[in-house]
Amino acid sequence: MNTIRKAHLIVAGKLSLLVVGMFGFGYLMVPLYDIICDITGLNGKTSSVAVSAPTESNASDRLVTVEFVSVVNSSAAWTFKPVQRTMQVVPGQTYNASYEVVNLSGHPAVGQAVPSVAPSSAAKYFNKIECFCFTRQEFEAGGRKVMPLVFFIEEDLPRSIDTVTLSYTYFDTGEEPADLSDS
Amino acid sequence: MSTATADHHDHDDHHGPAPGLMRWVYTTNHKDIGTLYLLFALVMFFIGGGMALIIRAELFQPGLQIVDPLFFNSMTTMHALVMIFGVVMPAFVGLANWMIPMMIGGPDMALPRLNNWSFWIMPFAFAVLLSTLFMEGGGPAGGWTLYAPLSLQGGDNLAFVIFAIHFMGISSVMGSINIVATIFNMRAPGMTLMKMPLFVWTWLITAYLLIAVIPVLAGAVTMLLTDRYFDTSFFSAAGGGDPVMFQHIFWFFGHPEVYILILPAFGIISSIIPTFARKPLFGYASMVYATASIAFLSFIVWAHHMFTVGMPLAGEMFFMFATMMISVPTGVKVFNWIATMWRGSMTFETPMLFAIGFLVMFTIGGLSGLMLAITPADIQYHDTYFVVAHFHYVLVPGAIYSIMAATYYWIPKWTGNMYDEKWGKIHFWVSTVFLNVLFFPMHFVGLAGMPRRIPDYSMQFADWNAVATIGAFGFGFSQLIFVYVVYKCIKGGEKATTEVWEGADGLEWTVPSPAPYHTFETPPAIR
Amino acid sequence: MSIVLRWLVTAYALLFCSLSLAAIGDINMPVGVTPISKEVYGLHMMIFWICCVIGVLVFAVMFYSMFKHRKSKGAKAADFHESTVVEIIWTAVPLVILIAMAIPAAKTLIAMEDTSDADVTIKVTGYQWKWHYEYLDSEISFFSSLDADHNAARQVGSGIDVSQFDNYLKEVDNELVLPVGKKIRFLHTASDVIHSWWVPALAVKKDAIPGFINENWALIEEPGVYRGKCAELCGRDHGFMPIVVRAVPEEEYEQWVAEMSPAPMVAETSEDSAPAAADGDAEREWALAELMEKGESVYNTSCAACHQANGQGLPGAFPAIAGSPVATGPVDAHINVIYAGVSGTAMAAFANQLSDSDMAAVITYQRNAFGNTVGDLVQPSAIKALR
Repeated sequence: MNTIRKAHLIVAGKLSLLVVGMFGFGYLMVPLYDIICDITGLNGKTSSVAVSAPTESNASDRLVTVEFVSVVNSSAAWTFKPVQRTMQVVPGQTYNASYEVVNLSGHPAVGQAVPSVAPSSAAKYFNKIECFCFTRQEFEAGGRKVMPLVFFIEEDLPRSIDTVTLSYTYFDTGEEPADLSDS
Repeated sequence: MSTATADHHDHDDHHGPAPGLMRWVYTTNHKDIGTLYLLFALVMFFIGGGMALIIRAELFQPGLQIVDPLFFNSMTTMHALVMIFGVVMPAFVGLANWMIPMMIGGPDMALPRLNNWSFWIMPFAFAVLLSTLFMEGGGPAGGWTLYAPLSLQGGDNLAFVIFAIHFMGISSVMGSINIVATIFNMRAPGMTLMKMPLFVWTWLITAYLLIAVIPVLAGAVTMLLTDRYFDTSFFSAAGGGDPVMFQHIFWFFGHPEVYILILPAFGIISSIIPTFARKPLFGYASMVYATASIAFLSFIVWAHHMFTVGMPLAGEMFFMFATMMISVPTGVKVFNWIATMWRGSMTFETPMLFAIGFLVMFTIGGLSGLMLAITPADIQYHDTYFVVAHFHYVLVPGAIYSIMAATYYWIPKWTGNMYDEKWGKIHFWVSTVFLNVLFFPMHFVGLAGMPRRIPDYSMQFADWNAVATIGAFGFGFSQLIFVYVVYKCIKGGEKATTEVWEGADGLEWTVPSPAPYHTFETPPAIR
Repeated sequence: MSIVLRWLVTAYALLFCSLSLAAIGDINMPVGVTPISKEVYGLHMMIFWICCVIGVLVFAVMFYSMFKHRKSKGAKAADFHESTVVEIIWTAVPLVILIAMAIPAAKTLIAMEDTSDADVTIKVTGYQWKWHYEYLDSEISFFSSLDADHNAARQVGSGIDVSQFDNYLKEVDNELVLPVGKKIRFLHTASDVIHSWWVPALAVKKDAIPGFINENWALIEEPGVYRGKCAELCGRDHGFMPIVVRAVPEEEYEQWVAEMSPAPMVAETSEDSAPAAADGDAEREWALAELMEKGESVYNTSCAACHQANGQGLPGAFPAIAGSPVATGPVDAHINVIYAGVSGTAMAAFANQLSDSDMAAVITYQRNAFGNTVGDLVQPSAIKALR
């Protein structure tokens, strides 16, 4: 092992470490992206964790319109609709809403709702105490469910936002439901 | 140093090339491998060009005449993959192989066996990629950007494409490691970093970019693969993923990749213009710093490819400003080249013509790039032919012209013969005329509202598309002149002198023409 | 040599002049009809002229040098190769120009993002390969796809001369009707892959991403018809999902909304997005010929893109209908495939995309066309029963 060969191997070794590191960084971008989404509300993503109800209800002096929107992904034969189209809410207070879903396909299926909020800058002020989007739903063929949502909007929602749109997209996960009688 | 290096070489390296075809399979000689890379790039240039001609033929007039829309989409996808990974990158690696050891006074590349391996992976990777076109369901048709979820919808070609991308990536990364090791360890004594020719400098920075971002691409496509076949959901909203995240990861690779395709070109132009202006390069140090700042900026502008996905205002502002900043170091480069020409004593042989063609048309592409940086305007330009015109102006008269210029510039050194100057000039002028007929009208149809990647269009775009198609066929066939000139030059011609060009400066012009199989086994003395 | 060159340059210049005269109207961005589109156009022209000035200056210096400092004219090379002052100047001057350009751009950007105080909200959903519009303030919702005549003409080897159409590939079956002078908020999302809703005259282009919602807005100042396209590659028929916006005065818009709104009673029973269910189509018995005729047109708009107009599919990508085990097998399984889709493939569930009679017709058509001779027919009532 002469010196020049050793020098080559040192350079190659260091660079190989960089290669491995950058491959890892590619994967690290997945959790990083989620963190950035949480901070900035990128894509209108809301937190997928339940929060507890606001402690003090020193009701704010203004009303915000919440619009409820539904989308059914092409992969799924469902009807999926908000029970109420809009709601006037006072930031800081807790409200109930619900969506109705029917499994139109002729077989049992598992569905998952994915929330998104517009404008995306409102996403981090939109809190869910209870939401059907936290879990998957199992349906028999033709099964129907009314699914609840309990939410509140934080009082420090910027004044420039007067309408918050909450959209759920319903996906068929393509899974077979576990034993339905259990659930 | 030379004896130490020679110790681990195969013994036949000392006597010149082995006879027969197996020479090319087993070779560890940097000149042989450089030649292989360049020939491979030339073959792929015609394959990718053929795909472009299919695209332009379909777009010659409104209505679908020739191909199915799905096949059209796989043509646009493959054209991009072939041209980026199969033409521009291998051609630059080929030039690096040939020239870097000679420019820095080293005897060969640092890791010759690795070098052989990184080349021979390429033909296999591209055989796999191109084979998807003959599979049931056809080749990949979701665009070279492979955006999820569209790319996950197609057939099993995805697995082959990802496999091919992994192998191209391994090849590029190994090639880059080799180049970095060569530049760090093989320089002749006295060849300090700030004395290296700019081609070596730009390649050093490019190699670092490649090493940093190719693994990120590998990660992104691996996630696609597991999403498609192993039930992960990185990019599927149903499983908690996000398709937009793919775009972020992809363009974190993709934007540095854009500079990988142009930085070595900057190095080539910085070698050619001083030679034919007979005057040293203006602002050598600022050229190095400008290259480094472009490389740095390339890591913080990726989301300007995604202004329509719905980013927070602050994000859009940041990426707009950062993107505009790139025009500063790029401007410095252009100004430096012009200052090099200023008060020189210029002659216009073919390499200089291509370099000037580069300078003019790359500047046009750069200016349309500045327009694209303005976010509100970009929202109108995004995904239209204006973008197509922009990146073809920076890649064809940019990257491709620099490769042509480099070939004409160095081929007397490679073959020992002068190329045919008359046909070289004809090649330049015919190419340049047709290139502008081909790409300039794309600005117009793009602004008027023609989206990218469509096989058929409304009547209002018909005239300019017909013009572009005429340009495409003209440009495509005029490249046969290039093949003719290269072939003729390899076969014979006026013997080249050692210096070749009157104003040439650099170590590669101190060895005889053609360059002997082994050069600088004893390191040269550096002035 | 130089004669050939001059000839080439002249021919080139002539070609460009004649063609640019022929199509001069269609070489720039439309000014558009919204305050934002006008601002964007202004920005575009400002940057364009700045770039032109920079270009002219740079090229002037360069070409002057190329003509003056050539060896054939006896130029002797100077020896300078750096000048700190000059280098600082040409780094600083572009920076100043950039800042001057960035300020108005940032202002427009802020205005573009302000979607508050909207009068009308439209949800736009991208499908492969059509658009679905939902007026959130009223109960109106419908699909909008490429006009049937255009669709027939654009097939490979259709033999139809496409130049006969005034707005080839820019005509749809159902136009998006919008009021003039109102702030309209668009919500963008998609049902399968990423699309992008783009109307140049409104300067609105926003990606429609499955699972997520984006917003955008426009205030149309002049009545008229504005046409656009999908801007994000979304599969085989990406080029064939146009957008047509008809902007009308407010009274006319109110009238249109009143006409389009489903009667309250029917609204409760009919599906959200299955418009034809309201006219009693689903209740009556249909004849085979009638179903076949309707089925063919539904097939051409909704199925032919993948399964091909001749029913042969594209091997490896999209299965053939002709002789397929589904289309020639048990009818219930066939209905289920159309109705509920096949998960994990590109086959969408059409329950939310087609009406009862459309679906019955197209299933009947698939079973009795392309050489398939099952002979049975599916009544719309059978589909209605599934809902």
